[in-house]
Order: sequence, then structure tokens, then C-alpha cells
Amino acid sequence: MSARSRCFLRVSSFILYEQRPRAERMLATRALRFVGQRALSTSVCLRGGHGVAKVEDYSLPAYFDRREIPLPEIKYVQELSSVQQSLKEKEKGSWTALSVDEKVALYRISFKESFAEMNKATGEWKSVVAGILFFLGFTGVVVLWQRKYVYGELPHTFDPEYKEKEIQRMLDMRINPIEGFSAKWDYENKAWKK
Amino acid sequence: MSLPKPVMRGLLGKRLRFHLPIAFTLSLLAAVSFKVITEPRKQAYADFYKNYDAMKEFSAMREAGVFESVRPTGE
Repeated sequence: MSARSRCFLRVSSFILYEQRPRAERMLATRALRFVGQRALSTSVCLRGGHGVAKVEDYSLPAYFDRREIPLPEIKYVQELSSVQQSLKEKEKGSWTALSVDEKVALYRISFKESFAEMNKATGEWKSVVAGILFFLGFTGVVVLWQRKYVYGELPHTFDPEYKEKEIQRMLDMRINPIEGFSAKWDYENKAWKK
Repeated sequence: MSLPKPVMRGLLGKRLRFHLPIAFTLSLLAAVSFKVITEPRKQAYADFYKNYDAMKEFSAMREAGVFESVRPTGE
């Protein structure tokens, strides 16, 4: 590539991805010409003692497969193979000359997933439900273990005899005699009303 | 792409035609439920106090021993 021979400045040691298409030795100013093809290297170019800020990866245009970004800022395939290159040349001519497979290949150069592929249901909900049920079960195990090994005896106020005395005292006090508790008790016959 | 022209008129009327019957029904339901719940309750209270002898009830409670100010007769 002729660009490689153009700039002979310092190579950076911060290259993150092997697929960086353009050379490390490119001038920052020249590199800006290729913004659309993600050609900016992550290197620092020094010139005359001044530094140019390192271009971070996340500040470059990125490719996203999203419904709300139907046309991403960059093409998916950055480095075209020779076959793809020739296909791109053919694309400059009449499109009726392209076969269906070639059109699909051109699509796949520009995009990673089709809309149908990217919107496909994932079945993640099954994992979510499985996780929910699992942790519910685990909670149940913890509760049962607690009941057996942690909790002490019930207080004496839970004994049936004590409960009977409690009920009798409530009836004696005429708790809710109109529509509630004592209303259901027949005081004449000393039994619950039918 | 040729999208159909959106509806421009009659929006309030459409909304009213949908929501007003629902509103009326629900309000009516609320009023009826109110009556159905409160009338029997008022009647129950009236029936209870129609032949309520306070002194008899008090004596019965006293004998049962629930009071602290008066003990059952005989103690």
C-alpha cells in the first residue's frame, strides 16, 4: 500500500486489534481521510515535539446490528478479500448483471446480520424462568433447614388447651358481638351457630 | 413507501364513545356495591341493639370473670 511508505514516524505500542487496516505509521491528518473505513490507528504521531492525542477505539465509528440503526456508520467487513474486491468492482457496473448470490455476498460485506436474524427470539426467557424457579427452590430449602435446625420450641401459648382458654375468654368478653367473632357463638346453647 | 393517511378527525368522539359507557358502568357498580354492603350491615346493627339488655350482658361478663373492677358475685 502506498500509504505505508508515506509516513515514517514512530510506531505506537498500543495497537489493540490485528485487523487495524492502515499502518501505524500514518499521519493523523492523512488518517482522518479514512474515517469512514475505520482506518485510524491507535498510534501517536509526533511531529516537531508536539503530540497528537491518541485516538481511542471507542471514539471511532462502530458497527451495530440494531433495529433503530438500520444503516450503521461503517460497513461490516473492513478488509476485503480479493474476491470481495472484484465483486465491489462489478458492483460499479449495472446491477442487473449481478447474480442473486453476488447480491447476497455484497449485502454480507456491508452488514453482519439481516433484520430477521438480529430480531430473532433468543429463548433467553427459559433461562430466566429456570433461574427464578431454582432460586425459589433454594429459598425453600433454606427455610426448611431453618425450621428444623435453627428455630426453638413454640411458646406455651400455642398449646391446644391454652388456645381453648383463649377462645373462651374472647367469647366471655363479647369480642365483635354484632357481625364478628362472638356473633357466631350461640350463648344459649353454648355452641357455635350453625 | 406509501403509508396510509392517519386519522385526523373524530378523535375525542371516538374516545368518549369508548370510555363513557365503561365509566358509567363502573360508577354504577360502585354505587350498587356500596348499597349491597352497607344496608345489611346497618340492619345487623339495628337488629342487635333492638333487644339488647346491657345489664344482662354486663352480669354475664362479670360472672365470667373478665373484669378487674368488679369480681364475680361470690368472691
